[in-house]
Amino acid sequence: MSLELKPETLKKIDAIIPKYPVMRSAVLPLLHLIQEEKGYICKSAIEWVADKLGLQPINVFEVVTFYPMFRQEPIGKIHIKVCRTLSCALAGSYQTRDILMEKLACAENGTSPYGQFTVEFVECLANCGKGPVVQVDETMHEGITPEKAAAFADEIKKQATAR
Amino acid sequence: MAVAEKRIILKYADEPGYTPDITCYMKHGGYQMLKKALGMKPEDIGNEVADSGVRGRGGAGFPMGMKMRFLDRKSGKPVYLVCNADESEPGTFKDRQIIHKDPHQLIEGLMITAYAIQAAQAFIYIRGEMYQGARMLETAIEEARAKGFTGANIGGSNYSCEIVVHRGAGAYICGEETGLLESLEGKRPYPRIKPPFFPAVLGLYQCPTLVNNVETICNVKHIVDMGGKEYAKIGRPNNTGTRIWSVSGHVKRPGYYEFECGALTYGELIYDVCGGIRDGHKLKAVIPGGSSSKILRAGERFKGKNKDGSEFDWGIEDIPLDFDGPMAAGSMSGSGAVIVMDDSTDMVEAMANINAFYAHESCGQCTPCREGSLWLRKITSRMCAGGARVEDADLLKSVADQMAGRTICAFGEAASWPVQSFIAKFKDEFVAKAQQAGNASNASTGRGFRLIG
Ligand SMILES: Cc1cc2nc3c(=O)[nH]c(=O)nc-3n(C[C@H](O)[C@H](O)[C@H](O)COP(=O)(O)O)c2cc1C
Ligand code: SF4
Ligand code: FES
Repeated sequence: MSLELKPETLKKIDAIIPKYPVMRSAVLPLLHLIQEEKGYICKSAIEWVADKLGLQPINVFEVVTFYPMFRQEPIGKIHIKVCRTLSCALAGSYQTRDILMEKLACAENGTSPYGQFTVEFVECLANCGKGPVVQVDETMHEGITPEKAAAFADEIKKQATAR
Repeated sequence: MAVAEKRIILKYADEPGYTPDITCYMKHGGYQMLKKALGMKPEDIGNEVADSGVRGRGGAGFPMGMKMRFLDRKSGKPVYLVCNADESEPGTFKDRQIIHKDPHQLIEGLMITAYAIQAAQAFIYIRGEMYQGARMLETAIEEARAKGFTGANIGGSNYSCEIVVHRGAGAYICGEETGLLESLEGKRPYPRIKPPFFPAVLGLYQCPTLVNNVETICNVKHIVDMGGKEYAKIGRPNNTGTRIWSVSGHVKRPGYYEFECGALTYGELIYDVCGGIRDGHKLKAVIPGGSSSKILRAGERFKGKNKDGSEFDWGIEDIPLDFDGPMAAGSMSGSGAVIVMDDSTDMVEAMANINAFYAHESCGQCTPCREGSLWLRKITSRMCAGGARVEDADLLKSVADQMAGRTICAFGEAASWPVQSFIAKFKDEFVAKAQQAGNASNASTGRGFRLIG
């Protein structure tokens, strides 16, 4: 159960738990915080959360495996989510996704060879009037049409080198 | 001439210079209605909400006042208030506008509602992908706390209530209210069986719980302002107030628009407000209330009797834009998400796109839904990619028919209604597609995009 977390993360964790009438409710927020710091949820993180909240590891594990946003493997440094759902598809999101995959050298829902990028298809991001929408880490980009996709990929590459 | 928008909820949202902080909100009269509400008896606020006739804006359109009355008071357990900000029905992007542009309006609506039901605590369940929205709500709550509008002794009264922002993690089923409650309890979001688990009786932590959508809760502020009876004069009977419509797809001006219920038709929305269909194309179909609602075909006639006995005979263009209009046309207004498709759209691919969504999002608890949604995806995929059989159109419908009404939650219907209606209205396209062996994807028109694979 050895999991090293930064003091800031631990502080946030200790602040969140008492906000809920029942401790177990803090499973999702704790997993979010750990994933933000570590990039993914490892086995010891699952055990750590279970221990922290007085649960069995399976209670946490079943949550990790259900929710699409939690992952058990590291991904690229920049996470690119393209909306796959109908309104964005009507605006060209499949072509946009293909172009991003090609320009950033990612396989379907996969990570580029040097671990820089992950391009993932996700379901409706609640911005359907401005499709195709692409979320890069936490930032939403609107109207990334197939025509704009190649230039957009170049922008993302620049961001990666700037880091 | 286009009917003018009537903005109540989004009144300030897009005003130049309007910012989401509390100073700006208070300059525009913010938190005055919370103060007014704190001077009223809690049950009187409930009565105003009942008088207003306001119906839920999240999907089912259930009257909010009635839900407040159903709350089990006899148990003596604490009562919880939960705001559904999961906004994940495909096509819907209205709650995002409120959260990003006027978060304090939601906080004020929430605190008035919490006081009205004497909630012990309030939660906002926001979808995990809305990072910015969650941060903005956290900031707004801290600002409100500093002014005494949330937390201990609100507005100097002896009522106290905390709000917790709880982030989801990318699962559509968390929008279903009992799935949401499970998720809020830290579990997999498996919807609960009803009866007995109605949120009003056995909700969060098995306590009475009121669950309402973001837009619904914002309306409470305006109901307190106007009074329920006055509010009920907006719109038409059984369809009171305004609604925010999210329009996407092949119109010239997609976007969100707030109108008085029933003040215009789907035709006026599409052609006047949204500038009509893209140049060189014609309307083919409209999904009137989110991807779960039954599709309407251009040229189709919708006939029936009004409540007063008079008859109606509508095309899509004539359907009133409110709750009862699309219902009379055999569909629903759902979450107010209007998805417009022009003649470049391959209906089988559109269906395949929708089926892929539901197959991905079924929680897997009920066999008809888990297996059925996978079969629906499989059949439409092979219709598009090759390997389909001519009987597949009928098979598709048969699978959908066996899901609806046989599941724990309304996801079963949400996944089968699109299939049933697409097949009923575009069957020839499905049969033709199934007949073409190994057909290439969407070879149709200049700007028709691939919707799958
Ligand atoms: C599969 C499914 C998904 C749903 N998704 C949402 C959603 O994202 N947002 C929402 O407000 N309601 C959603 N609902 C409706 C909720 O279950 C519930 O009816 C609503 O939150 C009640 O609030 P209202 O009465 O204010 O509309 C969904 C329902 C189902 C069956
Ligand atoms: S209908 Fe589908 S989503 Fe709803 S509980 Fe059953 S399996 Fe889960
Ligand atoms: S369909 Fe892409 S954001 Fe909704």
